[in-house]
Amino acid sequence: MQTLRDTLLVFENQLRFTFRYKITIVMGLVQPVLYLLLFGPLLTKLGDMGRPGDTWQTFVPGVLVYLALFGAGFCGFGIIADVRSGVIERLRVTPVSRFALLMGRVIREVAVLLVQSVIIIAVGLLLGLRANVLGILSAVILVVLLGTALAALSLSLGVALKSEDQFAPLLTSATLPIMLLAGILLPMTLAPTWLDVLSRINPLRYIVDAIRDLFADRFATWAVLEGTAVSVVLAVVCVAVGMRTFAKESA
Amino acid sequence: MTMIDAQGLARSFQAPQGEVNAVRGVDLKVEDGEIVGFLGPNGAGKTTTLRMLTTLLRPTAGTARVAGCDLLSDPVGVRRRIGYVAQGGGANPAEVVANELLLQARLYGMSKSEAGPRIADLAERLGLGGLETRLIGSLSGGQRRRLDIALGLVHRPPLIFLDEPSTGLDPTSRNQLWDHIRGLRDELGATVFLSTHYLDEADALCDRILIMDQGAILVEDRPEELKNRVSGDAVTLEVAAADVPAAQDVVRGLAGTRAVNVTGQTIRFRADHSSRSMIEIMRALDARAVDPISIQVDRPTLDDVFLTLTGQSAAATSARAA
Repeated sequence: MQTLRDTLLVFENQLRFTFRYKITIVMGLVQPVLYLLLFGPLLTKLGDMGRPGDTWQTFVPGVLVYLALFGAGFCGFGIIADVRSGVIERLRVTPVSRFALLMGRVIREVAVLLVQSVIIIAVGLLLGLRANVLGILSAVILVVLLGTALAALSLSLGVALKSEDQFAPLLTSATLPIMLLAGILLPMTLAPTWLDVLSRINPLRYIVDAIRDLFADRFATWAVLEGTAVSVVLAVVCVAVGMRTFAKESA
Repeated sequence: MTMIDAQGLARSFQAPQGEVNAVRGVDLKVEDGEIVGFLGPNGAGKTTTLRMLTTLLRPTAGTARVAGCDLLSDPVGVRRRIGYVAQGGGANPAEVVANELLLQARLYGMSKSEAGPRIADLAERLGLGGLETRLIGSLSGGQRRRLDIALGLVHRPPLIFLDEPSTGLDPTSRNQLWDHIRGLRDELGATVFLSTHYLDEADALCDRILIMDQGAILVEDRPEELKNRVSGDAVTLEVAAADVPAAQDVVRGLAGTRAVNVTGQTIRFRADHSSRSMIEIMRALDARAVDPISIQVDRPTLDDVFLTLTGQSAAATSARAA
């Protein structure tokens, strides 16, 4: 109970900053919407791209994962200033649990991601995406789990590195291969065998494919099972890593 | 009650050049209601010790009870009962003063309605009244420091740690801050443990001083005792040229004087400090009909103490550490 209250307290505090800088929510949407508007239509000529479901059912899931990767995945940037100004250390001397300190911030990222996902799905529906409510809801759950994992990981990276100068290049150079190997823009069904095999080391690939199946109304598939398992495990592992980092002395 | 009771507290780090013993086996006791100063040059291990005592850093050896709770087995209990003001502060520059204080109060479990009067009282006490709606980043250095202290006090901790509280403040803000620190004990009944590398600060504020250098406590005592320990008062006596030999005789003949040094009409010497020693010197001079032109007595500074203990001045040690 105490932990829940503390988590909400940290969340509430973080959210106030989000509302103060509303522009960041919109800015995070610009690129994914551009992909939908300026890149999506090119794909409609490609047909089913070797997958069940139509172009939008394949492409919108990719954009959702892109959103999580480049939104929640970069949130660690913001904590570095708090580490430097001593805010994190001050919070660590209060009786508030490390779980609450981490999760309050993670939930803020996930809340922002949720709003953005709803907007992306709405834009997708306008462009011709067909998906039923159950498919959309289960897809959103996977996005939330992925966002939780990426936010926790990014926050611990920020706390551990304590420097924007290291954080930014590290993340930009890591996210590009992660994005390409997840088959976000084009599905890995188009890939030659070696690339397909290589992409299987990337957990995000399983999540994109699971969301694609969910949008295409296919619930009982291996891809859905794999994607769900991967996102749950990823979330648990990343939150555990995050808690360790927040509890660690050098933080 | 003993507020801090630490035994053999030590901390070593792994560095590229091998193991670094930042703190090597510190024993210390702080009683309820004391203001204790932790004095030493930069790099002496003061902050590391403070971070261990405030649960931020796990000791590699040793145990401690802080504010009645065991440091290792009940860190949350310790956190509930202490306030900690870090060297660089911990207020969010992007936040508004009142919000930051409210958040802090709520993190210690207070409800909004409990927190309101508490924050108003603190703001008043620390001279932050009228700044509630200001952005923290726009405060002056002195205001910021007082806010940091207010943040450490919202839950009325019986024990407060201040890490180099006056660093970077101008003399006026510094004096104000000292008054506030004295007020913590005198008005709030708190025990204060502060670290500083300013000798005059430790002298002005503390009931007891621990001197730390190179990861160990060299000595602990009351500021007065520490000064006595060194060399006594420095006395400068000026007499008429004709009186010099007689005055010199008198000085050398008194108990507890040493290091007598005569240049021209000036006789310099060290004398054991006591409130009567000057009277005795004056009487002895009088008995030989020596009428001094001037007499001046200087208490040794903590800088003298440091010099005697470490063989180098505090400034030299910190230059080496930097």
